[in-house]
Amino acid sequence: MKDLVFEVKENIALTDSVFQMKLAGDTSEITAPGQFVNIKLDGLYLRRPISVCDCEDGLLTIVYKAVGKGTELMSSMKPAEKLEILTGLGNGYDLRVSGDSPLLIGGGVGVPPMYLLAKKLIALGKKPGVILGFNKKDEIFYEEEFKALGLDVTVTTVDGSYGVKGFVTNAMERPYTYFYTCGPEPMLKAVYKASNTEGQFSFEKRMGCGFGACMGCSCKTITGYKRICKEGPVMKKEEILWEA
Amino acid sequence: MGSLKVKLCGIELDNPVIPASGTFGFGYEFAEIYDINKLGTFSFKGTTKDPRFGNPTPRIAECTSGMINAVGLQNPGVEKVIAEELPKLKKCFNKKVMANVSGFSVEDYAYTCEKLDREEQVGWLEVNVSCPNVHGGGMSFGTNPEAAAEVVSAVKKVTTKPVIVKLSPNVTDIASVAKACEDAGADGISLINTMLGMRIDLKTKKPVIANKMGGFSGPAIFPVAVRMVYQVYEAVKIPIVGMGGVAGAEDVIEMMLAGATAVEVGAANLISPTACLDIINDLPRVMKKYGIENLSDITGGAH
Repeated sequence: MKDLVFEVKENIALTDSVFQMKLAGDTSEITAPGQFVNIKLDGLYLRRPISVCDCEDGLLTIVYKAVGKGTELMSSMKPAEKLEILTGLGNGYDLRVSGDSPLLIGGGVGVPPMYLLAKKLIALGKKPGVILGFNKKDEIFYEEEFKALGLDVTVTTVDGSYGVKGFVTNAMERPYTYFYTCGPEPMLKAVYKASNTEGQFSFEKRMGCGFGACMGCSCKTITGYKRICKEGPVMKKEEILWEA
Repeated sequence: MGSLKVKLCGIELDNPVIPASGTFGFGYEFAEIYDINKLGTFSFKGTTKDPRFGNPTPRIAECTSGMINAVGLQNPGVEKVIAEELPKLKKCFNKKVMANVSGFSVEDYAYTCEKLDREEQVGWLEVNVSCPNVHGGGMSFGTNPEAAAEVVSAVKKVTTKPVIVKLSPNVTDIASVAKACEDAGADGISLINTMLGMRIDLKTKKPVIANKMGGFSGPAIFPVAVRMVYQVYEAVKIPIVGMGGVAGAEDVIEMMLAGATAVEVGAANLISPTACLDIINDLPRVMKKYGIENLSDITGGAH
């Protein structure tokens, strides 16, 4: 973990409410896909935790949805503006257990962390399959980016306006060696039930600090109490205890 | 150059800056970022007799210049704190630490304090009397001078180390609670704990946090804290640890002028993990600016 200043290089709209921001700065603390950063914003007390979408030497990409004060403020930022960011937070996905053809399942703003994960798996010689789930056609983003990595990408839309009609689970009937997923909790629960291998889930929870100090984002698991920000956000399938 | 040193209940601190309980864990998350031996000391995560998961989530809500938390004293319980957390802490912190204790009955407090009092690294016991008294109708010990005094007497009987009572600001007359604690044998008073607050989400039209209400902290409560430290300083002779919204070196000085011997920093640690270190590094500049030679000279200077 490091508290660092980044410079906005690009901040563009991918859909009506989803934005892609590229930031230049020291990315050395980001060591695994599925980690997140915590962004300080002028006039707002708490930082905003956002997952890492891509990370190359000195260039961090985040993709976020403008849903509240913080993310709306971010969406109005221009290149050359500076942001104070805590980097390298959370455990991230464990790539060692993926097998040869893992399945990556992202839903909505759960799609971005799948991108760096896909790149890292490809670098390890794996052939990941990708399922991206959205509500409707005009909310789709990053389909082309995943295809540009040479991957087989299936898009699902709840209303059937594009790709496979229905939920990500409607596209899971295929062979895979392992799975990685991130998305809204109802989707994670559905993937948990529909999956036939071990896998890893990335969770989202309202956080205080984002680095394990305040216990604001604790949850119960089969292996004890965990902090989503510190021992998570990624949990293995076998340790998840769904709350009622 | 002047001195940052202060003395708290007979133990010298290199500086008056103390991360507040619940914002600093057991220290080692922060030790990854800086040498926590640079702190005066710190108050570790509120410890209870039995392990606690705490409240359901969400536990956090943002406010203008502050936040509300309703963590609910999540901690592994005193046995595990002694067996697992303190040995880990010893590896990254070589000073005396402040042991923060909570309880739900007078017996709970005495039990936990007695155990922690025997630990060599514990320098002070900070007794948080803001918890509900399960045998007293759920009212917080800290809202009633007699109940607070009862906790202090019971803890003093079974301990040897300085007992600092951490007071709740959610009272009509903070000075009378502080005085009752002093009369019962307390060695120091720390204040203020968080203020009871609440936020409602306009989208769901329901409270933001699962517990509905929680403790409001952050710079927004600083003036309330300064006022209460000032009032308590007039009421008691024992040392005061001031806290509540402290965010910078100027705030430390202001809190000391109001009557604090040392100063705790809470929510700021959650926003910037190096907040306390930054304050310590900035203190000499601010002291020079306001013509302060030795920090220990200014306590209560505003009276």
